[in-house]
Amino acid sequence: MGLLDKQFDDGNIVISSVEGVLNWARLCSLWQMSFGLACCAIEMMAASASHNDIMRFGVLPRPSPRQCDVMIVAGTVTLKMATRVKRLYEQMAEPRYVVSMGSCSNCGGPYWEHGYHVLKGVDRVVPVDVFIPGCPPRPEALLEGWMRLQEKVRNFTLVKEKGAPVGEKA
Amino acid sequence: METKQIFDFLSTLFPEVELLFDEEVPCIIVAREGIRDVALQLRDDEALRFDSLMCLSGVDGGDGSLQAVYHLHSLSLGHKLTLKVIVQADDPHIPTVEKVWRIADWHEREAYDLIGIIFDGHRDLRRILLPYDWEGYPLRKDYEVPEFYNGMKVPY
Repeated sequence: MGLLDKQFDDGNIVISSVEGVLNWARLCSLWQMSFGLACCAIEMMAASASHNDIMRFGVLPRPSPRQCDVMIVAGTVTLKMATRVKRLYEQMAEPRYVVSMGSCSNCGGPYWEHGYHVLKGVDRVVPVDVFIPGCPPRPEALLEGWMRLQEKVRNFTLVKEKGAPVGEKA
Repeated sequence: METKQIFDFLSTLFPEVELLFDEEVPCIIVAREGIRDVALQLRDDEALRFDSLMCLSGVDGGDGSLQAVYHLHSLSLGHKLTLKVIVQADDPHIPTVEKVWRIADWHEREAYDLIGIIFDGHRDLRRILLPYDWEGYPLRKDYEVPEFYNGMKVPY
């Protein structure tokens, strides 16, 4: 994971940027909010179980939004739930990320036409960082999405480049 | 007991209540004024003993009528019966059977929530699935999906 690839043969000293260290620490301990909305949640739980073991990425399910870095929207977001999802997102401390898992939360899924009660894409209420396709996605797909998210965190920058807003590198 | 036998039995017992026997799908269509008395009789009669309301559904007939369908089961005698109450959509009132079978409480709330049948005398007739501020009854045939709900766009 970036830092540990470097050799330790120079007097136990590793040279890195502050950003590199901070981002490395953050991307290796992305805590997820433990809530699921539909069948995608079953695959999310399977990803936590021993076979796929998402905890090796430093993922820890937390029961409170205030302790979480990532919200995995796993399942159908009904309009009734959408207001709750939005509130949960607002209660998370920054920097916060959202993973939209499965067709339903990506775009409404099978409910796109006749689902009077389904939000057609969770990105209508909260900003989404990673979309994972599938109905439901297999745990491997969730792991792939998670690594994409880690890539995004790794490239996060706090240094303000001239004329660019704080955030991602250009 | 078969549906036809129960129908004949009820007809003699309640001459003032309008009862119809539907042969196609064996069931008894009850006028809404009589549903509560009929329900009580079905539950308490020694020969019938319908002690369980398996399901109460709301149906939109598609012709301006709304129906409540009662599926009854007698656990002790092992027979089943289907009752129907048909009302018009512009006057969707049916007396509640929630005090006859306690389980009807939530079933009637669901039928009210999605179809819009108003069960008179129900102790707590609120929406059960949809948010309280929802407008309209979505399982009606003439329901149109709203453009927005609480600022969220609903159509795809």
